[in-house]
Amino acid sequence: MEEKIIIAGFGGQGVLSLGQFIAYAAIADGKEVTWLPSYGPEMRGGTSNCSVVVCDKEVASPIVARPDCLIAMNKPSLYKFVDKVKEGGTVIVNSSLIPDKVERDDVKAVYIDAQELALEAGNARTANIVILGAYIKLSGLFELDLVAKMIENKFQNKPKVIPANLKALQLGYDAAGK
Amino acid sequence: MKVLMKGNEAVAEAAVRGGCRAFFGYPITPQNEIPEYLSRRLPEVGGCFIQAESEVSAINMVYGAAGAGARAMTSSSSPGISLKQEGISYICGAELPCVIVNMVRGGPGLGGIQPAQSDYFQTVKGGGHGDYHMLVYAPSSVQEAVNIMYDAFDKADEYRMPVMMLGDGMIGQIMEAVELPEMKDPATFPKREWATDGTGKGKDRRVINSLYIEPDVLEEVNHRLFKRYDVLKEKEVRYEEYLTDDAEIVIVAYGTVARIAKSAVNELRQKGIKVGLLRPITLYPYPEKALNDLAKKDCVKSFLTIELSMGQMIEDVRLAVNGLKPVEFYGRTGGNVMTPDDIVNVVLAKEGK
Repeated sequence: MEEKIIIAGFGGQGVLSLGQFIAYAAIADGKEVTWLPSYGPEMRGGTSNCSVVVCDKEVASPIVARPDCLIAMNKPSLYKFVDKVKEGGTVIVNSSLIPDKVERDDVKAVYIDAQELALEAGNARTANIVILGAYIKLSGLFELDLVAKMIENKFQNKPKVIPANLKALQLGYDAAGK
Repeated sequence: MKVLMKGNEAVAEAAVRGGCRAFFGYPITPQNEIPEYLSRRLPEVGGCFIQAESEVSAINMVYGAAGAGARAMTSSSSPGISLKQEGISYICGAELPCVIVNMVRGGPGLGGIQPAQSDYFQTVKGGGHGDYHMLVYAPSSVQEAVNIMYDAFDKADEYRMPVMMLGDGMIGQIMEAVELPEMKDPATFPKREWATDGTGKGKDRRVINSLYIEPDVLEEVNHRLFKRYDVLKEKEVRYEEYLTDDAEIVIVAYGTVARIAKSAVNELRQKGIKVGLLRPITLYPYPEKALNDLAKKDCVKSFLTIELSMGQMIEDVRLAVNGLKPVEFYGRTGGNVMTPDDIVNVVLAKEGK
């Protein structure tokens, strides 16, 4: 298997860390992975993206030209990358910030109200984890339990934020399954 | 146990585990995580970290520390490496070991901050003045960068010359899972009978210098250095061949570009086109014999050199192929990086498909 993902949005939306969570999950699952950020004179509010490649053998190119999945956290990101998604691929749209519908009928578009669900989880900053949950469900790459354990692990120094993140993960997972 | 690490940080940790106890540098994107990491890490192992006032100063601190017998290193990116060239030439002339990392960005001038391979000439053909070379490695993954960095100080010691690791913005910024090797024990490092560490006295006094006024003496120094480079050519050449056994087109690429090329090779193979890849891991010494052997094979019709430059390594490919087969070029510059599809299309166009 080889799964290529592009995750894009505003700086500060947790785009890069969302990609890192997928990378951590891949390693915990015994897979090979590369995580490549866009880097530059970037700042909060600017655009930011990363490419993640998960593979069961050594990853060749870390550069993703045609992703299997696009996660668009804001409108400019959707329009920048949507045409690159592989036929039959998946586009996860953060509908809290993107009112538009995906104008392609050869990809699966899934709309997640990440901001609303993050508030429901009890922490507005967990919107990226909501989307992570949705991605776990849609990709079927990893068990939800494995990702939940990894979140507990990553936030072990900030135990207060763990419950909201775990709830956000579950809410995103459920939202993608409807 | 494998851990997920950013290239720059993994390189820094591997340097410490390989014995680095002194770092001198000056900030520049895209390698800032190396000094950032070492500023915290080196004091933990009794090492020395100094952010110098400039690149020129940093390389001369490396010169001084190496002369005093320390396992010293510096890192920078293209414009900063240009500033270090005088010091590098002096260190080569004084026959001192050290390690230098260049996470290359686009040029000339201040250029940009995105990945490039346009420092190939500077790195393998000199850069500084005088007849010298360095042992130059070009890793294509974070794990390979770790393995190279871990042994780089040993190689520098063995040959008494700088070891350069030529990466690019991508290898510096990418995160991959790596297995970190055990910390080497400094007690096991070879004794430096030449170091100006205060132990050489009287008639055994030691001098570190790169000034040889007598032409005959300087000529001898040049010959001594080049004898060492001959040993490098014999013992240190490293490369990877991928699907070259029956290849009709051989792609030659190094560093992260070789990974992109590998994806393209896989895709072209699925289309029934016999493409292979030769990836130099050492850029000096260059795997010229391996390339020449491929050029002599009947099945090989042509070579395609792929670089993030206007075409630099291609000159070494042409020298190695020595006119036996055509050598063509494809490159992107300015910090733009080709995709596997771009390479597939170049090969398809070449094949008239």
